[in-house]
Amino acid sequence: MSKFTLSVNGEALEIDVAAEMPLLWVLRDKFKLTGTKFGCGIAQCGACTVHIDGVAVRSCVLPISAVVGAVTTIEGLAQGDELHPLQSAWINHDVPQCGYCQAGQIMSAAALLSNNSEPSDEDIDQALAGNYCRCGTYIRIRKAVHSAASFYNAEKRSG
Amino acid sequence: MNSKKISRRSLFKITAIAGGGLVLKLSLPVSAMEDDVTTLVKSSELNFYVQIASDGQITIYAPNPEMGQGIKTTLPMIIAEEMGASWDDVEVVLAPIDPVKFGLQGSGGSMSVTRNFDAMRRMGASAREMLIGAASELMEVERGDLKAEASQVIHGSGRSMTFGQLASVAAQQPVPVLEQLSFKDPRSYSIIGTSVGSVDNLVIATGQSKFGIDVDAPGMKFASYTRCPRPGGKAVSFNKAEIKALAGVIDAFILQPDARSGKASMAFLDGLAALQGGVAIVGEDTWSVFAAKAKLQVKWDESQASTDQWSKMVSDARAIAAKGGGEVKLAGPSVVEALADSSNRVLDGFYEFPYVAHVCMEPMNCTVDFKKAAVGKPASMEIWLGSQFPNQVKEIAENMLGVKQENVKVHGLRMGGGFGRRAVHDFAAEAMAISHQSGLPVKLTWTRTDDIHNDYFRVGGFENMKGAVSPDGKLAAWDQHYIGFADKGKPVIGSGLRGNELPMVAFDNASIRQTMMPVATACGAWRAPGSNTNAFVEQSFIHELANLAERDHVEFLTELMGSRRWIKEGNISALNTGRAIDVIKLAAAKAGWGRTMPEGTGLGLAFYFCHAAHVAEVAEVSVDAERNFNVKRVTVAVDVGPIINMSGAINQVQGSIVDGLSTMALQEITMQNGRIEQDNFHQYPVMRIASTPEIDVHFIQSDNKPTGLGEPALPPLAPAVTNAIFAATGDRIRSMPLSRAGYKLV
Repeated sequence: MSKFTLSVNGEALEIDVAAEMPLLWVLRDKFKLTGTKFGCGIAQCGACTVHIDGVAVRSCVLPISAVVGAVTTIEGLAQGDELHPLQSAWINHDVPQCGYCQAGQIMSAAALLSNNSEPSDEDIDQALAGNYCRCGTYIRIRKAVHSAASFYNAEKRSG
Repeated sequence: MNSKKISRRSLFKITAIAGGGLVLKLSLPVSAMEDDVTTLVKSSELNFYVQIASDGQITIYAPNPEMGQGIKTTLPMIIAEEMGASWDDVEVVLAPIDPVKFGLQGSGGSMSVTRNFDAMRRMGASAREMLIGAASELMEVERGDLKAEASQVIHGSGRSMTFGQLASVAAQQPVPVLEQLSFKDPRSYSIIGTSVGSVDNLVIATGQSKFGIDVDAPGMKFASYTRCPRPGGKAVSFNKAEIKALAGVIDAFILQPDARSGKASMAFLDGLAALQGGVAIVGEDTWSVFAAKAKLQVKWDESQASTDQWSKMVSDARAIAAKGGGEVKLAGPSVVEALADSSNRVLDGFYEFPYVAHVCMEPMNCTVDFKKAAVGKPASMEIWLGSQFPNQVKEIAENMLGVKQENVKVHGLRMGGGFGRRAVHDFAAEAMAISHQSGLPVKLTWTRTDDIHNDYFRVGGFENMKGAVSPDGKLAAWDQHYIGFADKGKPVIGSGLRGNELPMVAFDNASIRQTMMPVATACGAWRAPGSNTNAFVEQSFIHELANLAERDHVEFLTELMGSRRWIKEGNISALNTGRAIDVIKLAAAKAGWGRTMPEGTGLGLAFYFCHAAHVAEVAEVSVDAERNFNVKRVTVAVDVGPIINMSGAINQVQGSIVDGLSTMALQEITMQNGRIEQDNFHQYPVMRIASTPEIDVHFIQSDNKPTGLGEPALPPLAPAVTNAIFAATGDRIRSMPLSRAGYKLV
């Protein structure tokens, strides 16, 4: 067991766990942040996607000892009461079916939009290539990402 | 229409709520089962609650489990429509598991809308009549001059009162009897038929939604379970001291197999959830019990273990097909003669489809708090899980551990996918046994490998097809030999033919024979059981015969339907040839059927009828010289009667297409001496976003009863795609997945 201090959604959190415990299980079982999901444990499905310093990573294979940087989970994506444009787009386009993979999808898409505010379908396909949706909501995911991107750009133009 | 009697027991309670408002609680037992759709579940009473607070907030309970099919949104929409509620005022709450109040709370067989539409309308209409009664009293006007809309009751003069203002007086109105109820003219619908977002979208998009795997019960510990890699094996001993000494491990022990947990009153579940032998590990967090599981060294008793071998099943099936024979299920009058008639053109083809897994995104899990009996207190249990039939787990508690069902409390949570897998509760039996043995409340979580290895698979199988077409290009004979699988002599779920498929229902000179081989690997319901494989074979072979006859596929298929009629008059569970012809023609027209296609591209058509739904699909594919294939577009025409939630309906169709494509292109489960050879997604891939086709969905909103859409858009996809690949390349694919034949989905 070792002590670690993590920045999670802007909060400094301390934890005493095995150094090899993946970030996913620290978030879910220790910090009770269950929005990040377990899907495969081998970085194949993307349900566990979180941000570390804004970059999308698969938390199921990342040992807590290897976490360097600020962690953002789906619970920390909105700014207070103001939803992230992707979250609004997900609601407006009625994207989810079962909903289990969607936190991971949104986190991957958010990392994309922070670097590329006008993604093409190919950009979206590439950024979300690591995220399975077993219910098959991919068409609406693409639409929602495009619509969130245009919202971003409108904000930029008006701001 | 419905002979079952409507209880007139009463049904209202007035309850004070926080803030001093009053609540109208409407609880009206209604039975809405149609006699012809009772195949999956027994008839039961349905109850429903509507609550209206004095501030106008309307709360509607959603009775059925949600697994992504949208039923939590769909059923309350029907109530709100008939009530005259404004959807913005409605809050939907998942009903507690309570069969006395809510009847069968199950999701399966695409039956929720079919079974509940009338009941939900009656709930809404009853509430509306009581609100109008209250308004009539308070406004001192005739009932006949009042109407309910936008959460208000409005008088012809323009005066109005809100539902919130009426709630407390409405609660004292007599309960209308069925004969007094009238229903809205569908042309005046303002909620039904529109696109309504799923009621849980906000909590999902913000990570707040609670699935079974997210449960945090008081004092809860975490558990893993490891079964014998060969199904049917049981644990003899393991490195217990080493495992128990690991950090984060509290306890580790062997569980013996227990068939009692498999006893179930619902026929299709009976025998399925038997506890399998294995090793349980209980610890402080999921990672600790997963890490300890990886270090297990178990001595297994494999004397009763499965010896299933997929490669042997294939060779056995080929030998059976070559030999012929089998149990005759249907014998056409002159099939043998027509196949031997030298003036006819004849064709045969051996089709093959693999076992496939459900791989719900949320691995199976269940949380159980077992409390043993104490002085004056019987043993009790609290269970949290995502299940398609959550109330059924009470039977497991009683049968396996002797906990009386009335002492079992079940919490049904949102499911991260179901697809039929969460109809079977073997994982719940394991969690119960672990909590019972350890004396601790535990959450059992399966690894993805557990989830694949321990699945109840979509059964694989084989069909040997023979057909003849006459010199004038008409179907002359159809001979179908199904080679499938049975357990203890009984065909497993989804294996075999029911004789209610095309072309048999519309064409007389057809024969069906069936041979069953034994299987030990567990099989279960997988999205459109039976239909998802039979559609592939039958709709491909019809296309083969159309080509043999040098006929246009659309023409050949619609000709098979004959005159426009119900195959069984008025029975929605039987094909209506007119509805079939309409969806086939619509899909073909919208897809541009008949246009000249560029080199290496093709259109393929398939139609299937199941779950009371008529669905036709046209796939447009391109194939390159390296057998990379891309499905550019799928055009879908669906007749499930009126659509309740347009957005949800389109979502289900799109999802079915993606699921169907993913499965037919990429997925197969194989057994090697009983062991499942695929361990995780690297060996059992799911289709990724880049391969997603455009999906163009068209509904024919016929005036038939509305029926379910969770499954029926899936079966036609596979044959539509392989028929399109044939059109593009001349290569006939008779085996799934396509990756086997060297085709790569791009």
